[in-house]
Formats: sequence, structure tokens, C-alpha cells
Amino acid sequence: MDELFGTFFGNTPVSQQLAYLQAALLENIWETVYSTVLATVFAYVIGLPLGIILVTGEPDGIRPLPRGLMRVLNFVINILRSIPFLILMILVIPLSRLILHTSIGTNAAIIPLVVASAPFVARLVEGSLRESDAGVIEAAKAMGCTPFQIVRKVMLPEALPSLITGLTTATITILSYGAMSATIGGGGLGTLAINNGYQRRMDLILYVTVILLIILVQIIQSIGTRVANRLDHRITKATPKAKRHKADKAGIG
Amino acid sequence: MIELKHISKVFPTADGDLRALNDINLTIGDGDVFGIVGMSGAGKSTLVRCINLLERPTQGQVVIDSRDLCAMPEKELIRQRRSIAMIFQQFNLLMQRTCLKNICFPMEIAGVKRAEAEQRAREYLDIVGLPDKADAYPAQLSGGQKQRIAIARALASDPKILLCDEATSALDPKTTRDILRLVKDINQRLGITVVVITHEMAVVEEICSHVAILDHGVLQETGTVEEIFSNPKTEAGRRLVYPDGVILDQLRAANVIRIAFNGGTSYDPLIASLAIDCGVKANILGADTRNVNGQAFGTMLLGLPDDPEQIAKAMHYIKSQPNITVEEVRDYHG
Repeated sequence: MDELFGTFFGNTPVSQQLAYLQAALLENIWETVYSTVLATVFAYVIGLPLGIILVTGEPDGIRPLPRGLMRVLNFVINILRSIPFLILMILVIPLSRLILHTSIGTNAAIIPLVVASAPFVARLVEGSLRESDAGVIEAAKAMGCTPFQIVRKVMLPEALPSLITGLTTATITILSYGAMSATIGGGGLGTLAINNGYQRRMDLILYVTVILLIILVQIIQSIGTRVANRLDHRITKATPKAKRHKADKAGIG
Repeated sequence: MIELKHISKVFPTADGDLRALNDINLTIGDGDVFGIVGMSGAGKSTLVRCINLLERPTQGQVVIDSRDLCAMPEKELIRQRRSIAMIFQQFNLLMQRTCLKNICFPMEIAGVKRAEAEQRAREYLDIVGLPDKADAYPAQLSGGQKQRIAIARALASDPKILLCDEATSALDPKTTRDILRLVKDINQRLGITVVVITHEMAVVEEICSHVAILDHGVLQETGTVEEIFSNPKTEAGRRLVYPDGVILDQLRAANVIRIAFNGGTSYDPLIASLAIDCGVKANILGADTRNVNGQAFGTMLLGLPDDPEQIAKAMHYIKSQPNITVEEVRDYHG
């Protein structure tokens, strides 16, 4: 029996593994949620304006910027996106030291997450904004909108469902990147899985963390999809609201 | 008053410059409903976009109420644009806003207080006949309703000028007529100058007072609708007024036409009217008509004079009669 358990759950006795889980699990879940949320917020603080500039600053955009500047911006974003996250984390260590005076711990792990995901977010935002209808932007221009008003009142609100879908994708990507931060001494479920589950042969812990990560991703994705659909008024769906509307019309007719 | 002075627009392309507009001179008076007509690719849309400088002309001046838009600094131009409303073929409503919020949009930009904006928006909804659509989203509306909301939104900026860029081209004939009536009504009630871009002469006929004919970026002729319709002077004008291919050479070869009466009143003397109203003296070559309870049925062969302009006039006149169809007879050997 012990042998069978050994094959599935590693060499450490199951009771010991369970005791360890009980002690460490909540803290590690919190660290994962904390670093994912914070990294996502900072990634958008940087990535959202960059994404907007990528669209509006084009030669035929609503506020063209010098071509050279746009080329540099695109180049930097592409470079940051081509470095594998594992390597980027190590490259960013001096930056973490500069900002936080340390390069280990959960907070320090947020910095490489932001550096890696801000350019990704910029591309996601760019994609969402490019979908917006050129005719509507032209109409806004004809109505005397300033470029800033077009961004704030037309481009962003019209692309909101798509931006929310992008936010969902970004959050999930940041969550999975965050699982790698064990490498540089960050906390979270990833660290628990690698340091204990894998390196200390506590396979049960490995399985539990993976299942928890799956559940987290499912939750984020379904919230994201629901919110995006709820906010989208382009498609008339058979939602209760639409049905009521139809009934109203039938009543009038 | 809108004055377009020597407007040219050149688009640089990979295979050389494309001259979309060539030295256009046009004056549109206050309160006019001015049609700019041409086939697709004639440069109509570029021209109308030059009026509010969505397209900046390569050369020339756009003068509105004696102020040159091209010379204005950006900020002033943005303010000026708020008095020039525009509606589009594809409506271009904000899909994530309710109709009421769409109509509020121009007022929001101009800094009108929210409560006041909403109150005025409801008045505009009344004007366009959709008072119950305030909280509906554009996706829930038909094409005609969307264009009505777009018109309400256009009115919300309290414009002096309304530009209509193929505003009815995506709509069915009945909805087109309703929308055109609404535009005409707005023009008469509020005194807004209307510029209508279209490829359909029927639209011009329905609402315009003046018309300009544009072909390959060149202004062919301009005048009152009556002048252009009764006597188009240019080839492009004739093509638009008589779209069913009244080509001069064909007319010379076959100036015999067959008309069919499909039950119009037989008390309207067609041939006499043709002579008196159009000055065209037609020769009856043959006829087979009968009078059924005061309605005319049957066909008639007419020989028309050799003058192509007279033939075109006669064709247009006969076509405009109810219950009469007309066709050219090419193989007549009298």
C-alpha cells in the first residue's frame, strides 16, 4: 500500500504532506492572487497607454506621431516580448534592486511580471482598438471631437467588451508566468509546487497546486467572458432584457 | 453660405498621384438643399469631406460664412465642425450607447450639462419620430430607425449645415423616401442648409433645390434642379438624368418608340401634352388602343424628331407618366 502511495504521491508520507499543505496553502494562494492582481494592474497602467499610442500615433491615426518614435516603440515592445520569461526574470533583477532594494520575495517577483506583460498588454489593447469602426471615429471627428475625446469617449467605450476579453487573457497569462517566480525566490502556488512538490518529492502537493491553478484560471475566464458579454450591446441576444424589449414592441404593435 | 474655391485633392498612391478633385468651384446658399451627384468614383465623398475638412484639400479654399476653414488653427476648426453636422451611409452610431446617449454625444463634447442634454435629446427623438427608442441600443433598430437616430444626433449640435453622405443608399425605397422627407422637413422648419451626396437622381428629384454634377473629379454643371433635369448640357449630366442608356448615336439610328398604356386615364392627352409641355412634335406611326371604363390600354408607335435632345426630353416626359411604359424600337421599317 505504501509503495502504491509512493508511486503516486512521492516519497514523503501522505500525512506529512497534508500537514504541510494545511500550513502553507492559504498563504500561497494569497500570494498568487496578490501578485497576479498587482502585476496586472501595473501592466495595464503601462500597457494601456502604449496600446492606445500604437493605434492613434500611426501615420493615418487620429493623432499621428513621428514615424521614428513609433518605430522605436514597436521595436522595444517586440524585443521585450521575444525574451523568454525565465531569462527576463534574471535580467530584471538589477531593476528590482533599484526599485525595491531587494530582488527576492513576492513583491520583487511582481517587477519582472510587469516588465514582461506590459508589452503583451499593449499589443492586446492595440488589437482591441484596431477593431473599432473607422466610420464611427470619422463621425466623431466630424462632430468636432478632440483626439483625446475620441480615445476616451469613442475608441475605449466602443472596444470595451474586447478590452475585457483581453484583460482576461492577460490576467491568466500573468498568473501562469507568476508560477515561475520560484526561480527568483518569489512566493505563490508555483513556488509551492516547484520547491516542495517537485524538489522535496511531495507529489501530492504538486497535484493540489495544479488543480488549484486550474480552478483559478477557470474562475477568471468565466468571470471575464460573462462581463464582456454583459457589456456588449452590439449583438441582440435572447437575454431576459431583450425578450422584455421584444414583448414591449409586440404590445405596442 | 458655403463657398468652395478652386478645390483640388490629390492622393499620392504607389502608381503615381490620383487626382480625386480638380479645381472645383461651387457656391451653396443658406437654406438650400444642394445635391452633389455623380457615379461611384466621381469624387463626391471626397468633396463633401472637404467641406468639414475631414479631407484637407491639396489646393483651394473652403469658405463658410466668409471664414476660410483651411486657414483656421486646429482648435478653431474643431469648434467650427460642431456647427457642421454629418450623416453617413453606414449611420456610424456608437453601438455601446443607447439612442438617447448617442444623441447626447455632440452636446457632451461641447460641454452641455447632462440633464439639459438629455432633455434636448428627447426633443430630437420626438422630431425624428422615435420617442420610444430612448433606451434602445442601435443594434436593436432597423436601418431606417438608425438613420433617424443619426439625424437626431446631427441636430443635437444645433448645426447650420447638414452633410448627407449617401445617407439613404443602404435603405429600401420606402424608407429612403421617409428619410428624405424628414431631411426636407428639417431643412424647411429649421432652415438648415443641406448638402446631399448621392448617385441616385431620384434622391435629387425628391428633395433638392440645386444640383451639381460631378464626373471624374471635375464639376460638369450646376444649376437648379429644374434647369438640369429639363436640359442637361453635359454628357455626364445626360447620363445621370437619363440613366437607361439614351446614347446619342443610338437615338439617331432609332427614333421610333413604342409606348404601352397600362390602364392610365384615357382623358389625359399624352401626345398633345408632349407637344405643349416639352415642345416635341411626335408623329403617330401606328396605334392599337382601347378605352375600358375610362382607362387606356394598348400600344402606340411614335416617330420622334431627329434631334437627340428632343428625344431625350420626350423619353423622360413619357417615363414620368403613370401607367405608361416606353421602349425604343430598333427594327422599325416604316
